[in-house]
Amino acid sequence: MAEASIRNAATRPAPLLRDLLALALVALGGLAGYLLFPDNLAFLTRLISVALLVLSLDLVVGYCGIASLGQASLYGAGAYAAGIACLNGVTEPFLLVLIGAAAGAVTGLLMGAVMLRAHGLPQLVLSIAIVQLLHEAANKASWLTGGSDGLSGMIPAPLFGVFEFDLWGRSAYLFGLGLLLVVFAILRLIVRSPFGMLCRGLKEDPLRISALGIYAFPVLLKMFVISGAVAGTGGALAAIATQVVGLDSVSFELSANALVMLVLGGIGHLYGALIGTVIFMALEHVVAAANPFHWMTLVGAVLIAIVLFAPRGLSGTLDQFAGLLTRQGGRTGR
Amino acid sequence: MTPVFEVSRLSKEFGGLKVSRDISLALPEGERLALIGPNGAGKTTFVNLVTGRIRPNSGHVHLAGEDITKLGPEQRVRRGLVRTFQVTRLFPDMTPEEHVIMTVLQRRGRAARILARFHGDSEAADEAADVLATLGLTEVARRKVGAIAYGQQRLLEIAIALAQRPKVLLLDEPAAGVPSSDTPRIEEALGRLPASLAVLMIEHDMDLVFRFARRVVVLAAGALIFEGPPADVARDPQVREAYLGSYAHAGSQA
Repeated sequence: MAEASIRNAATRPAPLLRDLLALALVALGGLAGYLLFPDNLAFLTRLISVALLVLSLDLVVGYCGIASLGQASLYGAGAYAAGIACLNGVTEPFLLVLIGAAAGAVTGLLMGAVMLRAHGLPQLVLSIAIVQLLHEAANKASWLTGGSDGLSGMIPAPLFGVFEFDLWGRSAYLFGLGLLLVVFAILRLIVRSPFGMLCRGLKEDPLRISALGIYAFPVLLKMFVISGAVAGTGGALAAIATQVVGLDSVSFELSANALVMLVLGGIGHLYGALIGTVIFMALEHVVAAANPFHWMTLVGAVLIAIVLFAPRGLSGTLDQFAGLLTRQGGRTGR
Repeated sequence: MTPVFEVSRLSKEFGGLKVSRDISLALPEGERLALIGPNGAGKTTFVNLVTGRIRPNSGHVHLAGEDITKLGPEQRVRRGLVRTFQVTRLFPDMTPEEHVIMTVLQRRGRAARILARFHGDSEAADEAADVLATLGLTEVARRKVGAIAYGQQRLLEIAIALAQRPKVLLLDEPAAGVPSSDTPRIEEALGRLPASLAVLMIEHDMDLVFRFARRVVVLAAGALIFEGPPADVARDPQVREAYLGSYAHAGSQA
């Protein structure tokens, strides 16, 4: 038995080390972006804010198995809350992010409370209905949201009172990268908490979890709130960095794109959400500049190729390769 | 002695079809009762009624003196009515250790904690290790469940149930699907269940029933038609009729 436990200890990767490694990789990637594309920082900041949205979607889809095509509801709630707060004199960027996260969390609570009443396809339809309703509400309540013109003219205070959110977008990008790292680190911890394991269990077999005496609803609702906070953080970052908030931030299209990015990168890994966002948005950026009318065709072709040749997404395929290399395919890896 | 688990006059019909008729039975502490019956006798419906998956049309279920007829499945589990599944319901990507730790955490009210590490709870890990050792699963404790033998998965089902510290344990065909070479291990595990635990086993395999049960009830066409010691069950004319009748019927349909 002693021999067995020693062998097992050797095959279980030290989680803390893996976490630090993952964080270092994200930080390195982010800094590489900063150094290699100094003229594209506005785009890269938007990429980070969308990455937060896709991460938040991974929590719901990848860890709880709840399909949603309305995730931009939470992102938009964060963006509008931060934007409105900023226009009303709250200009401290960290406070704006907190406001965005809180607005996203509250929206997540409401959205979860509605969506968790249904299962499967009706649940998916509910998510679409919610984002469409919020989109329409934001459009109609123009006294608050600016309607179809959106919000503009927000001027956030300098970061730490020193670094201004200027035209070059350096402060905004590094601020965004910092946020992403913090959120990513927290989420890595959450998915490995008892709560995170429970969500994985609920995704695979709700009846088994019920037979342990555990109610699914409060667990899943909690995840909706966390997901809302993450998406709201992304929305607030977009509001701070671009200093505009438009109806597109609470749209079905953005929700659907987020799901495409997640599938592209691979669900249920967190880092898959990052990979998917980078590839999708980079493709969009490059191809749309070359041919603004047909870039979606190329994205479609790439997506079909990935579904056919790497059905678990790019991150899932990377995992398989890693498994082959280290010969622990059948062992516990997460 | 007052029974720890009691079902009284439980009835269920689906659109006029009576699938459970006036079922009554009682389990005192330490009971080893087997419920047998031919296919279609209503065993699955009975399990669903008892575990709270479906509501009866009439009748009551009592656990440790409390009427739990109106409680949902989760509440019943929390009060100590625990079941295993006829077809194992496990998470292929998790390890046996993780299954049992999750169970222990739930029993201790810590299963949904966010600000903790799942593998960092040494109390739960120790208890899980003990339970797994009792069932001889230490060797495979940290393999993925999808990679261990089916017999071991069945043992894990029992381990999870035991980690819940039940008052009443419902074993739904605990040896189903297990190759005969592995059944002795299952039987051995069943033989070492806590003596005070009341166990209701639903089972097809008559050999297992004879070795395990002290008392047998027979369900046929939704009603209990026999109750007594295992030795008498095969001699009972009603039971023979129910089994042979149904087999003859099945034969004519095939």
